[in-house]
Amino acid sequence: MPELISESPLASCHLALGARMIPFAGWNLPVEYSGLLAEHKATRQAAGLFDISHMGQIRAQGKNTLSCLESLLANDPAKLKDGEGHYSFITNDHGGVIDDLLVYRLSPDDFFLVVNASRHNEILQLLKKHEAPQVRFSGNPGTTTGMALQGPQASAILAQILQGSPLPLRNHIAQFTLFGGNVLIATTGYTGENGYEIFSDIPTGLKIWAALLETGKPLGLLPCGLGSRDSLRLEAGLPLNGQDLSPEISPIEAGLGIFVDLNRPRPFPGRPALEKQKKSGSPRICIGLQGQPGQPPPRHGYPVFQGDKQIGIITSGVPSPTLGHGIALALVTTPSPACGQDLEFEVRGRRVPAKVSPRRFLPKK
Amino acid sequence: MNTPNDLLYAKSHEWLRIEKDSGTVGITDHAQSALSDVVFVELPKSGRVVKQGEVIATVESVKAASDIYAPVGGTILESNETLSSDPGLINRDPYGQGWLFRLRTDSPNSTGLLSSADYAATLPH
Repeated sequence: MPELISESPLASCHLALGARMIPFAGWNLPVEYSGLLAEHKATRQAAGLFDISHMGQIRAQGKNTLSCLESLLANDPAKLKDGEGHYSFITNDHGGVIDDLLVYRLSPDDFFLVVNASRHNEILQLLKKHEAPQVRFSGNPGTTTGMALQGPQASAILAQILQGSPLPLRNHIAQFTLFGGNVLIATTGYTGENGYEIFSDIPTGLKIWAALLETGKPLGLLPCGLGSRDSLRLEAGLPLNGQDLSPEISPIEAGLGIFVDLNRPRPFPGRPALEKQKKSGSPRICIGLQGQPGQPPPRHGYPVFQGDKQIGIITSGVPSPTLGHGIALALVTTPSPACGQDLEFEVRGRRVPAKVSPRRFLPKK
Repeated sequence: MNTPNDLLYAKSHEWLRIEKDSGTVGITDHAQSALSDVVFVELPKSGRVVKQGEVIATVESVKAASDIYAPVGGTILESNETLSSDPGLINRDPYGQGWLFRLRTDSPNSTGLLSSADYAATLPH
């Protein structure tokens, strides 16, 4: 069946900015505007503005919503207070990742979920199966806008638009009225920088996009595409579903076990498998790898060697624009080599040296 | 997109400048633009014998690695060593300082290569 490609609700903005568009997860999205390296640098040093309208926005409302979500999510949504959000997973019966998502609690009976574009319909259908008379899940693809404002200048730019309303704290979400529309602003992101994710209806989103561009421009803001989004997230050691996470990779193997809450009685899909992995260790684990300047960069799918033995495979790799050498996440068999140990990966039939490193490649801000 | 008249082009977006029995090869303006910022190149050693259409080099941007195919067969004479320290030359000057390698061509036969106008017609508008 041919894949149907949807246009972003912000497509007219991308066209006006001269973006180069590519199909991604069923969406026609900007891959870059002024150039990946310039966009990457702008986000690290000033600010970047990303269209994330393709990300699935799902609202879960009604009495018993919490109880319903508790039985589906790997991280316990009961831990969230009003206005808080956290990272979570929907896992299959083997503990593999169907999707990674952000879960925000707006009020005790009102939750907001942001899921991957490629999983939006699947997750929505899965949730709807759990709809009870008092629980409703809504949010169809293409009906809303989402954008991410990221970087050291993000707060200063957003504060000007909000005209005095206080910005939400890190990992929090709040509702605002902007340009006459209802807007959700979360202090989260996918770049390793301080920043915000802004969700709204389409007419309001178009106005916010224009306002952020105009306000941010004198401060060094650039509109950024999927290209820099990927290099930025990998430098921050953040996983991409479909590469670093998949139905065959558990959150514990991905090194993200702290987002799987087993200190609660409630069962959820894959719980027994995940309990076993947490107790007796997983057969594989995700490690960080750093290459060397002047060597070919690591890429998704390259095999990883310790001496003559292949111990795993690179799930994501990129030449790091900030560090000037290759960085990668690799899934390797356990016991895994320690940080600082020398490994090799194979590029076009030739071995290239790499050192085991923490998965967050840039120092934490 | 710039496609100089004095060059021959492969459908896979390499250009060839014929100089007597040798040729210089690079990637086109369209190719460098589609790749975006080049950050790494792997070039052939001199003396290597290559057939037309064989993978002979790799050009990598932040996003991806792209194979470069030999537009004609021949023997590699030299590679552009400057690119290892400044791969961005490919983006800034694809038909000049961003050249990839020179080769002694097997024959003056450039079968399958396109003129500037024919190559330009294959590009998206």
